[in-house]
Amino acid sequence: MDWHQLWEITSAPDNVPIVALILLVPFYTWYGIRQALANDRLIAQLEADPQLAKTHHRKTMPWKAGWSKEIPVWPYLLRIEFLAAIVVTVILMVWSITLNAPLEELANPNLTMNPAKAPWYFLGLQEMLVYFDPWMAGVVMPSLIIVGLIVIPYIDANPLGAGYYTWKQRRFAISTFCFGFLFLWLLMVVIGTFIRGPGWMWFWPGQTWDPNNQVFEVNRDLPDLFRITNIWGKTIFGAIVMGIYFAVSGGVVHKLFTWSDWNKKVFAKMSFLQYITMQGFLTIMMLLPIKILIRHLFRIKYIWVTPWFNL
Amino acid sequence: MAEEHSGTPPKEAPSDVPSKKGLAAVLDEVREINTALVGKAKEDLESLKQPEKTAVFKSIFRVKHDESSRSRALGVLSNVFLHLHPSKINRDAVRYNYTWGMGGITFYLFVVLTFTGVLLMYYYHPTKGQAYRDIVYLMSDVPFGSLLRNMHRWAAHLMIITVWLHMFRVFLTGSYKKPREFNWCVGVILLVLTLLLSFTGYLLPDDQLGFWAVTVGTNMARATPFLGHEGPFGPLLHMTPYNDVRFALLGGSIVDANALLRAYIWHCIAIPVIASVFMIVHFWRVRKDGGISGPAPVVLEQEAIKAKVLPYVVPQHTE
Repeated sequence: MDWHQLWEITSAPDNVPIVALILLVPFYTWYGIRQALANDRLIAQLEADPQLAKTHHRKTMPWKAGWSKEIPVWPYLLRIEFLAAIVVTVILMVWSITLNAPLEELANPNLTMNPAKAPWYFLGLQEMLVYFDPWMAGVVMPSLIIVGLIVIPYIDANPLGAGYYTWKQRRFAISTFCFGFLFLWLLMVVIGTFIRGPGWMWFWPGQTWDPNNQVFEVNRDLPDLFRITNIWGKTIFGAIVMGIYFAVSGGVVHKLFTWSDWNKKVFAKMSFLQYITMQGFLTIMMLLPIKILIRHLFRIKYIWVTPWFNL
Repeated sequence: MAEEHSGTPPKEAPSDVPSKKGLAAVLDEVREINTALVGKAKEDLESLKQPEKTAVFKSIFRVKHDESSRSRALGVLSNVFLHLHPSKINRDAVRYNYTWGMGGITFYLFVVLTFTGVLLMYYYHPTKGQAYRDIVYLMSDVPFGSLLRNMHRWAAHLMIITVWLHMFRVFLTGSYKKPREFNWCVGVILLVLTLLLSFTGYLLPDDQLGFWAVTVGTNMARATPFLGHEGPFGPLLHMTPYNDVRFALLGGSIVDANALLRAYIWHCIAIPVIASVFMIVHFWRVRKDGGISGPAPVVLEQEAIKAKVLPYVVPQHTE
């Protein structure tokens, strides 16, 4: 166990935000889920008792008859904003006094840093480079993430859960977003920061980052396993496999989506465009964990090999 | 004596008083002026106890600062910096547990970054060689220079964290749902701009860390389909290292002086201006779409069914 190595990574000034994230994200996830469960209990209670549903103020926050629904912004909101600004300023001051921003040697194109890492917030993309070619990991996937985020409001046809935390009413939406954000984005950032050492090789926490480390792994392509050598044979084979993948994963997404009775009704109301867009983004998103799995389990690099691109 | 003069200005001496002559008359006049001025001074001092009654105060603040709800509302609405707020909000919306305050903190960090960033610009030349020396000088010789740079760096990192958490909260509370769909899209653009702001700033110290991070980052652009010289179909469109999209980003085929200048202009002028425009739209739409989304009363499944047509359906689609 190389504690020194671990400390060196954790205490690197530019890694402090990730250490903060590792603490903040679980906290806020718990904080949100806790309120969602509280609201779910209230929803169950109101569904069981229609009379109560008519009179209840429908929030978990305390409420008494005679209280006004609204309060003046000054002073009740502005004083909080002012306090928040002071607290953030104090945190920044303390952080800036105690820790210097990193400054390495003068830039030198002849001396490659090993590992050469992107800024921490892009390490998820850099980690994706292990599983996809740069055109996919560096260009197509980031574009799809941005467009995928933008279309969320237009494909989420579930009218429930607007303006309050809930799990029960939005199970599918919340679990897919949390999977994407927590596992496919943040976990990849954490792996890129703490696990990937020189040569972008995998070092477990506490293992020494040895630049001379050798990995004896031979990756192969899926067509090789079937002894397909002709490039056109590989192209056609890969296209068929991808077709099967989208058919199967589309089916799985559909099953998961229409799991609950409520979502069956939501599906009935969705337009074709909404549904096909949702399917497209979710099946492409699932390519990442699947490629991670087949890489680590079967050492498979490409599924689809063509003269123009490899996937 | 003071009471006599308080409130009204001293009147001119009546004409029927016999006028004295010479020095005595002058002295009398001086004494009279003196008394008047002392009275005025006392009056001014007295008014300091109630500064909100002074003409200067009223000219600045325009409205009364008492506890009546009218004055409280006007205090917000008639102030240019505060008028983005409504005058009243949902009583539960001020609870920390609903919004986590992340959107507001993100905006505050943007303000901090603009402030510290402008100060940093006084000490920085975006030229090869000089840039790195400027940073070393800033860290070692400029009074509070290292504090300034550290604050800029850490606020930038913190801003990315708060943007992510803000987005996470907005998703968990379903706040992107009707009528706030478009504002979510504006928010996604702001997320991208925040990341780009941070990324362009990374190169500016011109040290190994920034140089290799930006080299790794922009190397991805080589692989852009159609537009990069190593990307799918790129060579078919005659892409080379000297005309592809990476060349456009860096102003050259390697990360060098032109890339530094481009990063500097994107970082200090172009992206902040674009981001500010999107922020204006974002905040404006928060208000126009009905203020912050909650905490809203929970809706039950039966009620959404009763509505027959779900509120959120493409109009032409019928059962």
